[in-house]
Amino acid sequence: MIAEALFVSAILFCIGVIGVLTRRNMIILFMCAELMLNAVNLSFVAFAKMHGVTGHVFVIMVMTIAAAEAAVGLAIVISVFRHFGTVDLSALRRLRG
Amino acid sequence: MITPLDGTVAEYAWLLPLLPLLGALINGFLSIAPRLGIAGSRGTVGDREAVAEASHSRTNAIVSVVAPGVLLAAFALSVAIFMAMQGAPMESPFVRVYARWMPVGTLSIDWGIQIDQLSILMSLVVTGVGTLIHLFSIGYMKTDPGYARYFAYLNLFVACMLTLVLGSSYPVLFVGWEGVGLCSYLLIGFWFSERANAEAGKKAFVVNRIGDFGFLVAMFLIWATVGKLDFVGAHAALGQIAGTTVLTTIALFLLLGCAGKSAQLPLYVWLPDAMAGPTPVSALIHAATMVTAGVYLVARAAPVFAGAPSASLVVATVGSLTALFAATIALRQWDIKKVLAYSTVSQLGYMFVAVGTGAYTAGVFHLVTHAFFKAVLFLGAGSVIHSLHHAFHTTHRHDDAQDLRNMGGLARFMPATAGAMLIATLAIAGIPPLSGFFSKDEILAATFARATSSPLGSASLLGIPGSTLLYTIYVLGLITALLTAVYMTRMMMLAFAGQNRTGTEEQSALHEAPAVMTAPVLVLALLALVGGWLNLPKLIPIGKTVVLEHWLEPVVGPSARRLAGDVVLPHETEWILVAVAVGIAVAGIAYGMLRFRAPMPDKAHAPADTGLSAVLSNAYGIDGAVDAALVRPINVLAGGVLARGVDVGVDRGFSAGGKLFSRTAAFFGQRFQDGDVGKYAWLVVAGALAMLGALTLR
Repeated sequence: MIAEALFVSAILFCIGVIGVLTRRNMIILFMCAELMLNAVNLSFVAFAKMHGVTGHVFVIMVMTIAAAEAAVGLAIVISVFRHFGTVDLSALRRLRG
Repeated sequence: MITPLDGTVAEYAWLLPLLPLLGALINGFLSIAPRLGIAGSRGTVGDREAVAEASHSRTNAIVSVVAPGVLLAAFALSVAIFMAMQGAPMESPFVRVYARWMPVGTLSIDWGIQIDQLSILMSLVVTGVGTLIHLFSIGYMKTDPGYARYFAYLNLFVACMLTLVLGSSYPVLFVGWEGVGLCSYLLIGFWFSERANAEAGKKAFVVNRIGDFGFLVAMFLIWATVGKLDFVGAHAALGQIAGTTVLTTIALFLLLGCAGKSAQLPLYVWLPDAMAGPTPVSALIHAATMVTAGVYLVARAAPVFAGAPSASLVVATVGSLTALFAATIALRQWDIKKVLAYSTVSQLGYMFVAVGTGAYTAGVFHLVTHAFFKAVLFLGAGSVIHSLHHAFHTTHRHDDAQDLRNMGGLARFMPATAGAMLIATLAIAGIPPLSGFFSKDEILAATFARATSSPLGSASLLGIPGSTLLYTIYVLGLITALLTAVYMTRMMMLAFAGQNRTGTEEQSALHEAPAVMTAPVLVLALLALVGGWLNLPKLIPIGKTVVLEHWLEPVVGPSARRLAGDVVLPHETEWILVAVAVGIAVAGIAYGMLRFRAPMPDKAHAPADTGLSAVLSNAYGIDGAVDAALVRPINVLAGGVLARGVDVGVDRGFSAGGKLFSRTAAFFGQRFQDGDVGKYAWLVVAGALAMLGALTLR
């Protein structure tokens, strides 16, 4: 049972990573990051079945912080959109020397 | 080791170098005090100069008390220790270690002082003659703006010299050795605003470096061979390996060091130039004390040289050649100080002959008597120069105050100086019963005796039997004695006899030096007169005989016997040797008096030297040759090739390399941080994977 759960978790995490690496839309990037976090959450829950309640505590913790992060992140995305008129990361390369 | 000196005044021996050092610090502080604004004034502009003048003379007054005062205290302490040694015979030296200096592995070098018969004798000479010369300097340097600085250097010199003679190991001796070299440099270039003086100081420094290199190599070899560098331990251990090649090598490298410091061939070139310094400096450093350090070192390292007879023969040969060579140059010098400088080189040669033939007592004896009579000659010359300088100053004439052609007939104007210098001249020429006669005769007699039959005579150098070499050295010594008598008589005749050539207007300004200058000269002249009684030969028992030999017996006696054996010349032979030496001296003086009696023109009207005279007055052109062969090529190399080529090349190389490095770093840095968040993500993932890989695949 745990093996399957970890397998699903790994697949979810990889989808998230690939999404972060390949996509340029900031909203999608956020969603992929959420996907990675939830993949990790799944692992925590799976391990909690074997090692006790600590895993559950961590999952609550990660969810809380992810919510906060999403709030801040989306606020940044909105202000980036207001400023540049786009949320495409490849367009935001002002630092390029 | 227990010595009779334990618990006596000798326990305060550490004060000996520290007293002059203290004087140097005080005087040094006073010399820079005006610049620090401590002795400065805060008055109005008008009287500031007057106040500065007053504070200047106040400073000078303090210096005049401190500088000779510390010397006198050191002399008194030396005398006290000397007296304490009179009681019981002292077979082993009194050594006190005050601090560990370099404890490295098995090597431990300590700051230590060694009191034995040789070091206390040297200490007496250094502080005694030093005190008198300090007193003389008060008069000589009176009007010099660098008065305090001068005495700071002079005190520092004595401190270093005492470190040199009292040090209990080779490295401590070396510290003093370098210290006196430094002070010599500072004092030769004392009037550094003249380029020639600064150059002379530099020359002395550089030439001495060559000798110091030899000394250092000798020290390394001693350490590598026996693992010790203190005199007692190292000499005991080196005595075990007598006759080996390594001991000969050590002795030869030591000789190189001694030749540099004591101005022997081929490293003598710096001493004549060293006369650029104030004359009392020439008397103290370049005649009486520092230049005899080489002789002292050979006597100190007697166990080394006694174990290497061929090296001892080299010492004697170098000495005799130097003595003759320098004496010929002294024959035709016009500068009164140059005459004395070459004379010093020549007399140092005699001392080297003595210590080279294992007659260590004779060498040290001549060192002491030479310190007396040469100090008289230099200080007397200083008085003469002072007087002439003053005379030229009053008539605003710019002429050479040191040139013998501008002197003549000075005995009438400065009788005390002339008398003192006459005594010293007779002493250096070897007229009995003055000090120089006894010491020089002892050297010549010892050389002759060693040539007749001795272990040294049986040794050989480059296939030449020792006795042949020693007979040659003896004959060279006699020729040198003749030349000595001639050039000294010439100097005296030109300076003090005949018509005065200074100038009619200047004559009225010629005068005897003040008492503070004549008194030390007269005291030294008295010592030059009676110094021979230090070590009367058994042949002429007009007092207690061979005192010095008995005194130095525990230090150099065994080494001397190893080279000399126990040969005793029959009395008839000795009388003949004495008669020959005295006859030669008298002949030289008589020739000099006849030859240089005639009136001659002053410097401005003198004809140029020609022929042999020109060669000699130019000192065989050695300086020019060295200049052309070494100095100028090095300057060209340094200024042209090294400065323009290498220095600039390296410089540019470094700056170009630096630029390239930053550019490369910037190029890659730019590519990593260009604001492309996607790329950052890739890098994060790649880093995470790399760490994961490193952790799992380990």
